[in-house]
Amino acid sequence: MKRPAHYIATILLAFISFSTANAAKMSMPETVVIEAGSFMYRASGEFLKERYPVDAPMQKIAFAVPFEFMKYQVLAKDYEQCVTERVCGEPLNQRRHSENLPITSVSYQDAINFAKWLSDKTDVNWRLPTDEEWAFAAGSRFVDDAINAKTNTNNPAERWLTKYKKYADLETGNDPVIKPSGSYGSNENGIYDLSGNVWEWTDSCYTRTRLDSDGKKLSQSDNCGVRIAAGQHRAYISYFIQDAKGGGCSVGAPPTYLGIRLIKMPRANLLERILNFVDLTGRR
Amino acid sequence: MITRRNALKSAVFASMAAPALIQKAAASEEAMKPDGAPVDLSKLERRNVELVAPPFVHEHEQVATLEPAIIEFEMTIIEKELEIDDEGTMLQAMTFDGSVPGPLMVVHEGDFVELTLINPESNSMPHNIDFHAATGGLGGGSLTLVNPGEMTVLRFKATRPGTFVYHCAPGGPMIPWHVVSGMSGAIMILPRDGLKDHENKPIKYDTVYYIGENDFYIPKDADGNYMRFEDPGSSYADTLEVMNGLIPTHVVFNGRAGALTGDNALKSTVGKTVLFVHSQANRDTRPHLIGGHGDLVWETGKFNNPPERDLETWFIRGGSAGAALYTFLQPGVYAYVNHNLIEAVNLGATAHVVVDGEWDNELMAQVTEPTALADAYKSKKALP
Repeated sequence: MKRPAHYIATILLAFISFSTANAAKMSMPETVVIEAGSFMYRASGEFLKERYPVDAPMQKIAFAVPFEFMKYQVLAKDYEQCVTERVCGEPLNQRRHSENLPITSVSYQDAINFAKWLSDKTDVNWRLPTDEEWAFAAGSRFVDDAINAKTNTNNPAERWLTKYKKYADLETGNDPVIKPSGSYGSNENGIYDLSGNVWEWTDSCYTRTRLDSDGKKLSQSDNCGVRIAAGQHRAYISYFIQDAKGGGCSVGAPPTYLGIRLIKMPRANLLERILNFVDLTGRR
Repeated sequence: MITRRNALKSAVFASMAAPALIQKAAASEEAMKPDGAPVDLSKLERRNVELVAPPFVHEHEQVATLEPAIIEFEMTIIEKELEIDDEGTMLQAMTFDGSVPGPLMVVHEGDFVELTLINPESNSMPHNIDFHAATGGLGGGSLTLVNPGEMTVLRFKATRPGTFVYHCAPGGPMIPWHVVSGMSGAIMILPRDGLKDHENKPIKYDTVYYIGENDFYIPKDADGNYMRFEDPGSSYADTLEVMNGLIPTHVVFNGRAGALTGDNALKSTVGKTVLFVHSQANRDTRPHLIGGHGDLVWETGKFNNPPERDLETWFIRGGSAGAALYTFLQPGVYAYVNHNLIEAVNLGATAHVVVDGEWDNELMAQVTEPTALADAYKSKKALP
């Protein structure tokens, strides 16, 4: 990226002064280390095999290095601080009533902004997980979204109806009450509140993949205007949506609430951070 | 901690005016004494019908095989708190027979409807019933005002075939409030020889689904949370303010957003014929079956008028009930909506019909599944 030197210098100065101005640092959120390893994962997105929708294939996914995942979902009070400092947008219909409630009405864009803000506050880089990372960390809390319907080429409604019934069952028993952090307990990795009533934004885009009769990938189209929210099941939500309520002709179970849980990146050296920042600025 | 569910604003029971209004309403409505000449109905048979909660309808004949009779119904008015969405929003509801809407009653033209209306002691307010199908006496309203701990019996002759709204109308500002608190339902008066199509040929349905649509007006507190009240009286003043703004917070079928979706979705099968009876006691609406049609529609609900054919959307005037007949031709999930889509999707007025059966490729097929744009299209912009 070519930029006039004085411009870069200005940005650097701005960066440094911004860092010092934000002396009121956040305490470092608790994380859990997810050890390197591999697992069988049902791919996200839609799959068409020889023209017809099928369940996504299982894939072996390996993580070569460990990563750190937030032990709890981001709290409303921490998000509020980001709003107060004008980095994050206002959440929808959520008031500052409790010290210990997760943030529950934020968009993908809000989540990204929060990650940036938290990175500045803590001098560590935070980012949204991918769907693969989320599924690996969620372990037994990850819900397989296979429909298990026979692909009946004569009756496309069959898969549709099976899916409707599956999601109708999922929807039953969804609780609208926002519960204090920790209420849903932890999984085998010590991560709390996975697959409660607050879904978590991931960085993964909505994809549609075409397969041949052998299941070999022919092509894929991505739509990054729609991201995956992980939780009781995968939900595909437009990036600006804060409240994913469904109805009308959208048949399926929408997330009850949309929240945030972030991955903590290994500490980068100063040069990397500056380059990273310049790069981000350049993209604006 | 105040969640939306627990936003009990007991401190805001500002208005003691509400009970006063109720008392006034009770006092001002002196029960009318019908003094007409006696009618001898002693030769008529009496049949008792047990009502069923919507969207279902009690068993009935489509073509009457018996002579006109006195059809006895009983409804108990129940004031109770109901959850009206999946976010825990609560309404101090007033109901005919415990459901919102009240049950659909079905009789034949020429029958006599004899309703026993019970207002239990546990209720806090006087109620009555106004049948749009009935003639005189404010539709029965002036003969049926009962205080808690009272009951009454009303009889009226079903003279006009069609679907008609009934609702509570206890006088003055109590009327709209009781209606938007859930007190409405419908009656269907079938021609004795059943329904006829546009060519006057007899037709039959396999199922009736009764969709009662309600507009609710739930006040919000200073924090923007829906308020919850201890009893109907304490909800009156704040609710009235929202009502008078004419913008409902909820527009729902069967008393609750999502009441007729998911596990509670309506069911049918390809080849089966469904009669959808749709009532709205207060506000205009426009039912539409996404993916289907109205084969025969009595938009105004009155069976002496020939039905309209092949409708996409039909208009139900506030204060009326209409009927639409449809034979399902294709399997899948259909959304039955109020086609003001803001009301359907955001405010709750959506039901689903899950239809089994074989797919008809002639009616519809996916010629090309979603594929990447061909090169020839790639350079094309939305504007030249």
